[in-house]
Amino acid sequence: MYTFDLTDEQRMLTDMVHRYSERTLRKIYREAEESHELPPEVIEQGWELGLLPASLPEDYGGFGEYSALNGALIAEELGYGDMAASLALLAPNLVATPIYLCGTEEQKQTYLPLFTDAEPPKAASAFLEPVILFDPYQLRATARREGDAYVLNGKKAMVINAPEAELFLIYAHDEKADSPQAFLVPTPAEGLSIGEREKWMGFNALKTFGVELKDVRVPAVNRLGGAAGIDVQRILNSSRIALSALGVGLARAAYEYARDYAKERVAFGEPIAHRQSIAFMLAEMAIDIDATRLMVWEAAWKLDKGQNATHDAYLAARYATHVSLKVTDGAVQVLGGHGYIREHPVELWLRNARSLATLLGAVTV
Amino acid sequence: MPIDFEVPEDVKNQGNLTQMVAEQVMRKSSRYYDEHEHERPMEYINFIWPFMKTMEAANLKHSLKRADKGNGNGNGHKKASTAQVGMIHLIESLSWGDAGIYLSTPSSALAGAAIQAVGTPDQKERFLDRFTHGEPKWGAMAMTEPNAGSDTSAIRTRAKLDPETNEWVLNGEKIFVTNGKLALEESDGLIVVWATLDPSLGRAGMRPFVVEAGAPGVTVTKQEHKLGIRASDTVSIVFEDARIPYDNILGSPELKKPGAKTEKGFKGAMRTFDSSRPFVAASALGVGRAALEFTRQKLAEEGITVPEAAPYHKLSAIQRDLIQMEADLKAAWLLTVRAGALMDAGKPNSLEASMCKVKAGKSVTTITQKCVELLGPLGYSREFLVEKWMRDAKINDIFEGTGQINTLIVARRILGYSRRELK
Ligand SMILES: Cc1cc2nc3c(=O)[nH]c(=O)nc-3n(C[C@H](O)[C@H](O)[C@H](O)COP(=O)(O)OP(=O)(O)OC[C@H]3O[C@@H](n4cnc5c(N)ncnc54)[C@H](O)[C@@H]3O)c2cc1C
Repeated sequence: MYTFDLTDEQRMLTDMVHRYSERTLRKIYREAEESHELPPEVIEQGWELGLLPASLPEDYGGFGEYSALNGALIAEELGYGDMAASLALLAPNLVATPIYLCGTEEQKQTYLPLFTDAEPPKAASAFLEPVILFDPYQLRATARREGDAYVLNGKKAMVINAPEAELFLIYAHDEKADSPQAFLVPTPAEGLSIGEREKWMGFNALKTFGVELKDVRVPAVNRLGGAAGIDVQRILNSSRIALSALGVGLARAAYEYARDYAKERVAFGEPIAHRQSIAFMLAEMAIDIDATRLMVWEAAWKLDKGQNATHDAYLAARYATHVSLKVTDGAVQVLGGHGYIREHPVELWLRNARSLATLLGAVTV
Repeated sequence: MPIDFEVPEDVKNQGNLTQMVAEQVMRKSSRYYDEHEHERPMEYINFIWPFMKTMEAANLKHSLKRADKGNGNGNGHKKASTAQVGMIHLIESLSWGDAGIYLSTPSSALAGAAIQAVGTPDQKERFLDRFTHGEPKWGAMAMTEPNAGSDTSAIRTRAKLDPETNEWVLNGEKIFVTNGKLALEESDGLIVVWATLDPSLGRAGMRPFVVEAGAPGVTVTKQEHKLGIRASDTVSIVFEDARIPYDNILGSPELKKPGAKTEKGFKGAMRTFDSSRPFVAASALGVGRAALEFTRQKLAEEGITVPEAAPYHKLSAIQRDLIQMEADLKAAWLLTVRAGALMDAGKPNSLEASMCKVKAGKSVTTITQKCVELLGPLGYSREFLVEKWMRDAKINDIFEGTGQINTLIVARRILGYSRRELK
């Protein structure tokens, strides 16, 4: 039966995250962007919302259950606040969720409780690579089996907070399995070196780093999923849904900002929103945002029902990438020259939106 | 109720029959009626009529019972109904079969919706009972005039009361009336005609009137020749001192000054758009799906398929086009289903109805044009149906409010603007 209402719990959850986004993230995002630094207390406050423990069952120290749909609702509200802070806050999920989805029972028992502490855990996922034509199914970093260990080689990019990480989840092409696999790598790890802080077009408050792997030896038991390994598609599906939802939130932020501005800004004697060329842009933004959200929800709903959501997540990701870019660009346009100036947030949102195609692992160009 | 994308059981169950009609009855005669404009798809009409009259009977009974219970004659929808989403699925499937033939479905259609929305119990009984039995009949809606399309407030068809006979006297011309000839000349049907009691009052002076087949002074003057949906009947109707009974006015004959609270008849009848726009979107999407499926199949025969969830740089331009079209169809479909589900839940949906109409109208127009392009000579050829689907699709961005008019409605809603502030 088609229904599109949030449950009371979901409503409470989104309200809570929305308040955090509005009252905290929206206060600090510009200063953070310009100073290239997120205030640690802001991330701590976000952590205190307990979003990650709420997505883990009690058996692993959490107090809820994994739900892609709830994840999407949360991500949209965070994306509405600020992308850099959202990614910093969600970084531990990029380790915990794959462990939960694909880990062996022992790996779950060992690692997941780390993610339910009062302190944000120091864990980082290393998936992307510093190459063009990135292919999530054909990673260039390699994992070679040698006796009781795997030997990792290659380069990774966009690893969030890498220098502090006590645990890495590193993806590499398993030569024997001929598929992408993930390896739990505690630090310090010989042969693993962290590069300079990376510089990006957007979300400059987020600290990301390149990571180089030179013959890094990992015990074979640290391969995620043990002998069975991982199904990278499951992980991609869940991260695509979350990132797409983030894109919806980002687009919504830009749309609302542009809409409110257009009602205030007067040109030729009337608010610019009285003109169809402005009003129609806004209407199309609203339509596309709603459509994308529905696509994200449907993919998440399927995933939660245990149905195959690969294609839905892929289409949603594609739509989210396009729509967030189109909407943020449109928002700059609605503000005109003022949109180009860093006193308004829309120029940052446009820069942030461009990252989605990259973050989503080359689903779109 | 939580977020749920499950197709309701009863809607799923209707699917097999619909698919059968679409494939066996509609597709097979698609080209024939495209090339024999103004002939009637009688196999389809006769096949579907028993189902339609049963449905009409149920609707009428339900609506009279509701009025009986004192729920008024307004728009109170039954809770947790699946009527709208059921229709949306049905129309999508039938239009996958043939959009023009689907439009020829014998039913009270838009006229019925307006009568249901604002008619008194007596009017419902008097006008709608005919659709529940006997030979196939049609209802139609006549708003558009030669000089009044998007701007409905510009209509000039006049209605004057003749106090001697207590009849309304109509004068004017309506154009582009879908199923107008079927309703007035080829069946014992009826049309709802919009006319003004006082042109100086604009919208506030406008009222819908029911004109039944056989009313004196009513003539069907022209059958259009169209780009697409040629199986659908589109006519001009002239009213020359046409006379209809006093009780054929929908809503109150009292006039108010413009700016005063708009009269219920006008608003109520206008609210039928909230259900008809998602229907137009659904029809568009059926055509879009037909074109995309066919294009996929032909490309697959040439060895071109789309690998699942592949990185974009590994895809050819054609594969990318296929993904884009599929995503657009899905986006529009979800917006359409949402608009229907809201109405089923008895919630306001005007904004969502216009949203899905804009998205579906535009997407399917683009998709069908792209399919013609991708298929080269096969796309352009009248040996196949893709070129027809492209012609059929376009109407969905035009009637029931053009793409721009529905965008305007969305824009006004999201900005909180009146007609005056955003023209
Ligand atoms: C096959 C067919 C069936 C139809 N069936 C029916 C029917 O059953 N009953 C009925 O009453 N009508 C029917 N119509 C009429 C249809 O609803 C109108 O054609 C439509 O509303 C547009 O009106 P118009 O053709 O006069 O175009 P116009 O109103 O002249 O519009 C021309 C162009 O200007 C744009 N435009 C107009 N105003 C604005 C504005 N304010 N802002 C931006 N752009 C604007 C329009 O979007 C359009 O692109 C039918 C039409 C066709 C072709």
